[in-house]
Amino acid sequence: MRATIEVSGLRKRFGPTLALDDMTFTVLPGQVTGFVGPNGAGKSTTMRVILGLDAADEGRALIGGRPYTSLRNPLTHVGALLDAGALQPSRTARNHLLWLAHSQGLDGRRVDEVLRQVGMQSAARRRAGGFSLGMRQRLGVAAALLGDPPVLMLDEPVNGLDPEGVVWMRGLLRSLAGEGRAVLVSSHLMSELEDTADHLVVVGKGRVIADTSVADLITTASRGQVTLRTTARSEAMSVLGHAGATTAVTDRDTIVVSRLPSERIVAVLTANGVPFSEVATHRVTLEQAYLDLTADAVEYRGTAR
Amino acid sequence: MSAAFSRPRAGGGGFGQLLRAEWIKFKSVRGWVAAMAAAALVAVLLGVLSASGDHASCSSGPVEVACPPPVVGPGGEAVDDKFYFVHRPLAGDGGITVRLTSMTGQIRKPDVTPGQRNVVAGVVPWAKAGVMIKESVEQGSAYAAVMMTGEHGVRMQHNFTHDVAGRPGGVSRESPRWLRLTRSGDILTGYESADGTTWTQIGTATLAGLPQTVQIGMFATSPGDLTVTRGDVGGSVAAVRFTEATGEFDQVDLQGDASGAWRDDDIGVTVAPDGSEHHPGRAGQSGGVFSVTGVGDIAPTIEGPTPERPLSSALTGLILVIVVAVMFITAEYRHGLIRTTLLAGPRRGRTLAAKALVLGVVTFAVALPATAITFTVGGRILRDNGNAVLPVSLLTQVRVVVGMAALFALAGVLALALGALLRRSVAAVVTAIALIVVPHVIATTSVLPDSAAQWLLRLTPAAGFAVRQSIPQYAHVLGHYAPIAGFYPLSPWAGLAVPAGYIALILGLAVLRLRRRDA
Repeated sequence: MRATIEVSGLRKRFGPTLALDDMTFTVLPGQVTGFVGPNGAGKSTTMRVILGLDAADEGRALIGGRPYTSLRNPLTHVGALLDAGALQPSRTARNHLLWLAHSQGLDGRRVDEVLRQVGMQSAARRRAGGFSLGMRQRLGVAAALLGDPPVLMLDEPVNGLDPEGVVWMRGLLRSLAGEGRAVLVSSHLMSELEDTADHLVVVGKGRVIADTSVADLITTASRGQVTLRTTARSEAMSVLGHAGATTAVTDRDTIVVSRLPSERIVAVLTANGVPFSEVATHRVTLEQAYLDLTADAVEYRGTAR
Repeated sequence: MSAAFSRPRAGGGGFGQLLRAEWIKFKSVRGWVAAMAAAALVAVLLGVLSASGDHASCSSGPVEVACPPPVVGPGGEAVDDKFYFVHRPLAGDGGITVRLTSMTGQIRKPDVTPGQRNVVAGVVPWAKAGVMIKESVEQGSAYAAVMMTGEHGVRMQHNFTHDVAGRPGGVSRESPRWLRLTRSGDILTGYESADGTTWTQIGTATLAGLPQTVQIGMFATSPGDLTVTRGDVGGSVAAVRFTEATGEFDQVDLQGDASGAWRDDDIGVTVAPDGSEHHPGRAGQSGGVFSVTGVGDIAPTIEGPTPERPLSSALTGLILVIVVAVMFITAEYRHGLIRTTLLAGPRRGRTLAAKALVLGVVTFAVALPATAITFTVGGRILRDNGNAVLPVSLLTQVRVVVGMAALFALAGVLALALGALLRRSVAAVVTAIALIVVPHVIATTSVLPDSAAQWLLRLTPAAGFAVRQSIPQYAHVLGHYAPIAGFYPLSPWAGLAVPAGYIALILGLAVLRLRRRDA
């Protein structure tokens, strides 16, 4: 099967709220796709629809070209971590994985393998009720890896992990993608995905705002902007405005200039004798690009509730 | 790119995988396993305990003795075999023909003036007078008889449990009834006639192994008068009072080698503590007219300590089973585990069916030894304590034991189905108990009128308790066939079908809800 997730035209309404509004994107193999958006943007709902837990009013979601509910031994097609806390407290970690394994026709050897993979051998026979959030996340990841699936889907996997755990999780996600798997990771914090994701699906208000590689997103967000450092701020703004540029103050001695290439800026400033110390192509952070994209969605949610 | 994986070898995706998964889920929660074992233990202990406290003794004159074992008929069941018999030996084939000219009797009614016997003339519905061929005068020996009854016309009966109807109506001097019974080898044939010339065959009975010489003659008997009244706090109270019946026979004609003298036997007559006979029968003869008066009955026994009595304690164990069964599914909702379960088995119906089947099999496997031990050990204790436990066939015993284990399993699965539908532990446990346990308690204690109790045990899942009834209901024996007396309105398997039907309905609704609603 193809290691993909294809979501097209998903619509879902919860009472008066439109949770999914024509949600469409594709997750490709071999890379980590970040699924980002503010809380309530529809990330978890989309994931539940993909996994056949929720039913969409319209549209379809396919794993490797097939709907989830038609998959035989589905955990060998897609592994998912939705809610790490979903455990029977009195059941041991190993037994939790063991029943899952047997439901897919796998056996205890595979269970021991994934326990080793997530570093939980020593806690295998402890009851899940006593686990910290970090251990539950690891157990959840182990469950997702159980069927060695070509597609992985993790909902906020970094949530609640200690710094060491975060580093481990990033490394794991990168290596899973490196093995050619399609990895979809949701987060409401772009910073969590900064060094992990290759590709981003940014959502807000139940629809896709941007579906782009991380590099393209930053370039797009920064396009045509130049950072100018000058001691004569007002003079610079005045002459550049006459030359057709748009300017914005970002600091005491820094302005961001758009709609004028850097060579023209230097020429205009020199011609008018305005002193400046630095002209640089402006590069926004991923976080900033994301905030710009989702500002509208956040605002909407803020007033709607 | 995805072809590069060394995928672990997965199974074929069959139902068996889901069953194994659910089995591991069950056995990996120690509390559930312990509670299930406790359910079995409680059922056994309470059953044995209640049997231990159940003592009976009988008196022989002034001495207290163990109660004699019940009289057993050729079919192995406990029988009443008590009647007045005027008989002769018959060697080989032959027969008897008589004309019955009257059937009268007396019935003791509830005292109107306290302490003063209130006896009226009349015959009870199943009073009997007629002709009989019997293996011997031994109680419980094989027989066949053609008789007139109080209200059920002419009948041919044999070996206590078999009854064939002849012509209805009564008997009087103006319209006498001719009765005939013949023997040919092991086959006995009954006839009746209104005039002694035109005969109608009623039926035949095959009494395998009948000896060469049998007893042939006339008999009369009359079962006690059953009155059922409403109890003070509800329910019903049954009382049985003395009756007797007298048949008058003339034109007595014997065929075959029956050359001996007439003998009278008051078979099975009760001997009072002082050695005298209690309510004896009698017979007289003058000028070829025989008058035979008898007290008692020739019928299977329907009252007494039943072998399933120790199983009454099952209810407590049943409640524990219900709690475990409900938790098995509602815990998944409480902990959000249901989503994981549905990810592993996205086809809702199959997944829920696997869960139900595992719980049912586990419950059955735990309940079967419990009911078997309770039944056998409890039964032995009952007998050791002097109770004349009614014998039932091995097949019936197996049915009671296996059936009760099946009822446990069905109750568990029903509770699980309710848990799947309601998704709340307390609501599901309460509903399950209200559906299964409460109706049975209400129906078998003195609360409801008999008919209401019977409807409860037809319509609610408690109908399944019918599977433990070992003594059947007989159409030709008047009895207090009410739940309070241990008689259920449905047959054992029909009774079990009721909770099974409830399971199908509620499990179906639960699957619908699981499909319709987001998980």
